[in-house]
Amino acid sequence: MKRLDGRSNEEFRTVEARVDVVSRADGSALFAFGNSKAIVSVYGPRQLYPQHLQNPERCLLRCYYDLASFSVPERKRPGPTRRSIEISYVMTKALEPAIKLEAFPNSVIDVYALIIDSDASTRCAALNAASLALANAGVPMRELVSAVSVGKLGNELVVDLTKEEEDFKVIKEGEEQKTTDIPIAFLSRSKKISLLQLDGKISAEELFKAIELGKKACLKISKIQERTLKKIKNIKK
Amino acid sequence: MEEEKAREIVVPGETIENRKEFIAGEGTRKEGNEIVAERFGVVDRSTKLLKVIPLSGVYIPRKGNTVIGQVIDITFNGWFVDIRAPHLGFLTIAECGKRVIKEDLSEYYKVKDILLAKVKSVKTRSIELTMKERGLKKLDEGLIILVNPTRVPRIIGRAGSMVNLIKKETNTTIVVGQNGVIWIKGKNVENELLAKKAIELVSEKPFIEGLTEKVKEFLENEKAGWKK
Repeated sequence: MKRLDGRSNEEFRTVEARVDVVSRADGSALFAFGNSKAIVSVYGPRQLYPQHLQNPERCLLRCYYDLASFSVPERKRPGPTRRSIEISYVMTKALEPAIKLEAFPNSVIDVYALIIDSDASTRCAALNAASLALANAGVPMRELVSAVSVGKLGNELVVDLTKEEEDFKVIKEGEEQKTTDIPIAFLSRSKKISLLQLDGKISAEELFKAIELGKKACLKISKIQERTLKKIKNIKK
Repeated sequence: MEEEKAREIVVPGETIENRKEFIAGEGTRKEGNEIVAERFGVVDRSTKLLKVIPLSGVYIPRKGNTVIGQVIDITFNGWFVDIRAPHLGFLTIAECGKRVIKEDLSEYYKVKDILLAKVKSVKTRSIELTMKERGLKKLDEGLIILVNPTRVPRIIGRAGSMVNLIKKETNTTIVVGQNGVIWIKGKNVENELLAKKAIELVSEKPFIEGLTEKVKEFLENEKAGWKK
């Protein structure tokens, strides 16, 4: 069975990846899954104020995730929302294991993710872009982070949901069944999970299957990230 | 662009080498027998100590580095200097290279002054600077340009070959701070701007082989243009 946009179940949307998109940032990247586009700029390591936030053992990582007001069908009021604060937090937690934070005590690395167009899986696009931007900024990292969303559509497990698929409802035995959305992030080398969220219902066996599916897609994405960084054009800044 | 040599570029988490005899150097780590990159950059295979030379990143101060910074604050016992590092540099009265008699330290160095200093020591929370050595001074004329600190070795060249060439051809004095701040002082603005152009050429094309010749050619062409 084919999906609404003709993809197979294990296929993610067309990926667009570029680095050095924000000239004033120390490192920046754009990553897009189809219509979900994220621009991430990285600043630092730099001095951290107020001083009580400084940690003499490691560097602080601060992520800011936000949707541009024009990125969604209905205008989004600018500024942080309950949702964006949560995503900022999970992004920080997902990126932390990949960065060598202990190399820069008492300082901070700021990661600003801006979604300029949204069509579901924006946090995954933002994480992929953030990983690219951090490497582009020359931050010492253990490995890259790649993320993808896996969903349960009816009885099928599919990779990289679109908004249309996310809102899709199946009537099964007279009951309305909503799509389950599982954003997953993997570390490229150790193949460990650094982000796993679940929105909806899924059985344990299916969750394991979904993680396996996500892992495969994430490894493909990490290859794309590698290629993006290595383009000679990008290095001649 | 045909001169560009394919260099081995690595991304964090990529295996550089899996043979036992190699040692992990800067920007890498060892995992079993494998040497893994920890930064985005070019692999240096000149010795068995494998290193990754970063292509981007902020300046990480080292003891003995010559840096150019700007005074941004004055306290009762010294000056805070912004040297484009993760922390501010601090210059104490004892290390300022002048005999301080007056109470008001802005009599010596004011906020916004540009200083040529040396890193005395690097601690977890502070970078101590010194200006006691010869040649370290306040820079009050000339031109300042900023480049990425990772390009500094290329701008200096092997044993200073690149910077000396630019100095000679443009008849200017150039001081390259390890933090990517470059001070140019010439007899006239034209010379300074020409030196600036040459340095920007070097910092934009870190991959070209025989860059010294290219820069020489560029400078000669530019100077020939002036005479016409």
